[in-house]
This record gives sequence, structure tokens and C-alpha cells, in this order.
Amino acid sequence: MNAVALEVRDLVKSFSLDGTVINAVDGVSFQVKSGEFVALVGPSGSGKTTMLSILAALLTPSAGQVLIDGQDLAQMNEKLRVKLRREKIGFTFQSNNLIPYLTARENVEFMLRLNNKLDRSGRVRSDELLARLGLSDRLHNLPAQMSGGQQQRVAIARALIHNPAVVLADEPTASLDTERAYQVVETFAHLVHENDRAGIMVTHDLRMCKFVDRVLQMQDGKLVRVYESKQEIMELVQGIMKH
Amino acid sequence: MNNFFLATYLAVKEVIRNKGRFLLVALVIALITLLVLFIAALGEGLANGNRQYVANLDAQLIVFLEKSDYSISSSRLEVNIVKSIRRVNGVADAGPIYTSSTEIVSLTEPLKISMLGVEADKPGLPALLEGRYFRGGEAREAVMDMNVALRSDLKVGDEIEIRSTQGTEDQFYKLKIVGLVEGQSYFFAPTIFLPPAVWEQVRPQSASELNSDTPYPNIIAVKLTDLTQVELMKERLINEVSNIEVADLETTINNIPGYSAQQGTVQTQGVFTLLIGILVIGGFFQIQILQKVPQIGVLKAIGSSNGVVGLSAVIQIIVVTAIGVGIGGGMTYLLSLGFPPTIPLVFNGTRSLIAVALLLLIGPLGGMVSIIYAVRIEPLKALRLG
Repeated sequence: MNAVALEVRDLVKSFSLDGTVINAVDGVSFQVKSGEFVALVGPSGSGKTTMLSILAALLTPSAGQVLIDGQDLAQMNEKLRVKLRREKIGFTFQSNNLIPYLTARENVEFMLRLNNKLDRSGRVRSDELLARLGLSDRLHNLPAQMSGGQQQRVAIARALIHNPAVVLADEPTASLDTERAYQVVETFAHLVHENDRAGIMVTHDLRMCKFVDRVLQMQDGKLVRVYESKQEIMELVQGIMKH
Repeated sequence: MNNFFLATYLAVKEVIRNKGRFLLVALVIALITLLVLFIAALGEGLANGNRQYVANLDAQLIVFLEKSDYSISSSRLEVNIVKSIRRVNGVADAGPIYTSSTEIVSLTEPLKISMLGVEADKPGLPALLEGRYFRGGEAREAVMDMNVALRSDLKVGDEIEIRSTQGTEDQFYKLKIVGLVEGQSYFFAPTIFLPPAVWEQVRPQSASELNSDTPYPNIIAVKLTDLTQVELMKERLINEVSNIEVADLETTINNIPGYSAQQGTVQTQGVFTLLIGILVIGGFFQIQILQKVPQIGVLKAIGSSNGVVGLSAVIQIIVVTAIGVGIGGGMTYLLSLGFPPTIPLVFNGTRSLIAVALLLLIGPLGGMVSIIYAVRIEPLKALRLG
């Protein structure tokens, strides 16, 4: 049985807007184990990006707890949060993912540099990971010299290279065509499983859910439904495909 | 330490991978450097032209006629005051200085010069580089300064002819150059030195002065036995010798007509050029940071500290500024080689060094706002929040 890498307990995030308090995240609880790939879905304004920001230690919750690899985010100051993001979390973002003046290889190695772990074996691992993602011939290319799909694959390599406990992906397929989107998410899921990481992907595209182990559906800040079995998930995906 | 290496890595990579953009900024800094260095050199050159002789005097105090407001041209002293001053306790020596100007006409191009009457072996006559001092008395001999030599082909042993207006008529006098001294510009002109008696004979005179044979020194340079007693000696001289006022060399220089106004103008130009530089550099880096907001957000989101982001911006600004100042310094040097000696540009003065130091500061100063802005960027920008 794999260990719990991420645990969310009764999480609330409130914003005050013109004197009215709005709960962007409202009493959400769930766990993600190592080696599990979870999708966080829901319509715009459902609170999924706010949730991801809290999980990424970028936003402080109003109430509740988030534990990453057993460490409670609420007990950390900003310096420790930065350290946690550097060591325990891997990120891919929707856009502006890569540092534009670093090559594919340098972007991936940068996470090792940040963690002061860039040595010969790290360099080899970085090249191997990029090779597995089909980017052997792109090692020395700058982001602007690569397609959107290639950039996302570099971002996936960067998110995994330092062996984080949790890998977070914010709409990783938003700027890709369908075929490339499938390729990226499938590769992502494969690497999360293979490397035994806990992966959470925020997406509005339910078709991408066919590669995940669980789907958490949010609406109005609440976790309204969890699709646990493969059959449930496929029904969800096929339902969308029919429409 | 890791933060410093990371910041340097990011800063240098960005500059190398965006050479064109950063070279453009470096060239703007280079042009500002060129302008600032030329203004500094011009300031130094003009100041030298005005003060060189007084600043290099082997004396600590200058005696003026009372109420002349420390103006050399307004001061005309009785010659016997020199003896009174030499008798004052604490005075090592004193030398009268007579000032005038004329023109050497025996050259292909006439050369305007300052003509100073000084006594041999007394304060007022600079150290000899070549040849000998004039013999004194009425021998028509002169010592020229290096500036005269640089602007003409004159050598020790040559004879020159000067034009001097006596009353309403031009007279021409021949003088033999017997010695050479360091550059001693006075009142923006190269200088020749004559014995007082000869100076009195050949200096331009108004009609009313023609019947007088007595030279009146404008000032007296006073050398003290104890260099630490300048203030005390100033008081003592005023108390013991009547009808005089006394100033140190700095006061004398600042009261050379136009000196302070000219230096103030040049310095103001320099300061404004630096301010413009700060604004230009600040504007560039601010625009750049604004363009990089999402990228900085990503850097912070993946675990780069504010220290790394801020330090990286600082290092980048310092690198670009140093490159710009380096290019500008080189351009200034190359351009200066093509300027004739008549243009008063002096690049080896402390002003040039101060200007370079200030130029190296304009980048970090101008970029300060953008650095603060970069540090304050929220990592949530990477997630389209914040």
C-alpha cells in the first residue's frame, strides 16, 4: 500500500469582495497517494485553480490543513514554503512554463541547481528523462525553438527530475491540439506512476481524464463528486465525447 | 553561496541569450559614458587652463591689495611690500608676480600667451625641466612652459617675437627662450616667464602707464616655514603689513574670474547627464521586468527565493552597466586621440575616475525600482492568479 503523499483536510479559502465573503474553496478534504494520478475538474470559477495554488504552497488557506509528505503547510513560514516548493513539489503550468533563455536541458537541470544537486549523475538523469520524452534532439533548443507540446514535455521533465513528493499540473493541455494533449497527459501519467509520485492535474478538458486514476469534481468551491473506478471515469469521459 | 551562483547563472545566461537587446542598452550606457567622460575631461581641462599656474605654486599664501576681493587682475601692490612680507616671522620666502597677456607673432599662427613677470629663485617661478632660468636684470630672456612648446615648434634656444600695444601703437619685442618648465596655464593661455624689469618693458601698456618705469606686482606668493600654520600666518601678515589681504591657494583659484561659474556649469551638465542616464537605465530595466512578470512568477513558484530573483536582477544590471561603461571608456579614449591640444580635455584627472565610479552606479541606481518590483512579484502570477 502506497503512502499518502498529499492530504487535504476541511480546506477553506475565503475572499472578501465588496464586503461579501466568498468561499472559493469550501470544506474540501481528500488524499492522494504516491503513484496516484488525480484530475481536479470543474467549470470555471469552481475553485480548482485556487485549490491548486494552496496545494502548491502559493496561497494560504483560511481554514483547514494541507499536508505534503507529512509536513503541515500551516506551520511553515515563507522561507520554509519556498524550500518545500523547491524540494517536494514539481510544477507544470498552462503557459510561460519554461525559462525562455535556458535550453531544454538547462531548464530541466535548473531544478537540480535550485536544490544544489546538479552533479554528473543528475545531468545523465536529466538527459535520459528528456530522451524518454522524445526530446533527445532538442536538448540545446531554447523554448522559442520548440513546439507547445515539446515545451510541455520539457516542463514535465523539469517537474519530475528532482523526485518531488507531489507533481502539480495546471491545465497542461490548454495550449495544445487534441493529439498532442493526449500524448502529453499520457506521458505525464506514465511517469507519475513509474516514478511513484503523487500527481494532480487541474483541467477543464474531461477527455484527458482517461489517463488518471481518480477524478475530483469541484463546483462552487465544494468537492461534489469523486470518480474512483476506471468504469466511472470512462463513463465521464465518454459522456463528454458524445456531446 | 548557492543563491549567488544561481543568481549569476540566471543573469549571465539571460544576457548571453539576449545579446542584441542587452548590447543595445550597453550602447546607450556607452553613449552616456562618452558624454559624461567628455564633460568631466572638459571640466578638468578648463579648470587646469584657469588654475594650473596658481595651483602649482611653491607657496601657501597669496597676498593681494586690500579690497581687491582676491582678484588677481584687480590687485596692484607696491613693490616694497615684498620686502615687508619677507621680514614677517614665519615667512620662508616671497616672490612678486606680475601678470599680463600678449601674443607670439613669430610663429606661423600667432599664439596668445600669458606673460608673467617673476623673480628668479623666488616663489612664482616653477621648477625647470630644461635649459636655465633667465639671468635677471634687463636681459631679454624668457622661460616658456610646456603648453607653449606643445602648441608651437619652439625649443630652448629659439628666439620669439611678441606684439605689445604701447599706448595706441603696436611694438614688437624679441625674447630668447632659455628654459622650459612644466605646463603652467594661466587664464586659459600657455605662459612665458620674464624677469620683472623686462616684463615692465615689454608688457602692453595704456597711454597713461607709458611714463612709469616702476612695475607693480599683482600678487605676492608667500612660502611659509611651517606649512601647518597657514591660518595663523594669514592673520599675522594682515596684522603686520598694511594695505593687503591674504588668501590661501584654494580661495585664490576660486576667485579667478569665471572659474567658479565655469566649473559650476560643467558640473551641473555632468550631474544632469548622470540623472538622465539613471532615468534611461531605470526605464529600460523596468520595462524588461514588466515583460518578465510571468517568467519571474514561474521562477518563484518552482522554488527560487526572492534573494535569487533580486540578486539576479542586480548582477544583470551591473554586468550590462560595466560592459556599457567599458565600451564608452574605450570610445572616449579613441576619440580623445583625435583631438588637438588646443581643446582643453584632460582625462587623467580625478574627475574622470569619479565619473567612471558614478557611471558604474547609475545602473544599480536606475534599476533599483525594477529590482524592488521583481522581488515583489507574486509567484501566483505563474498560475494566472494574483
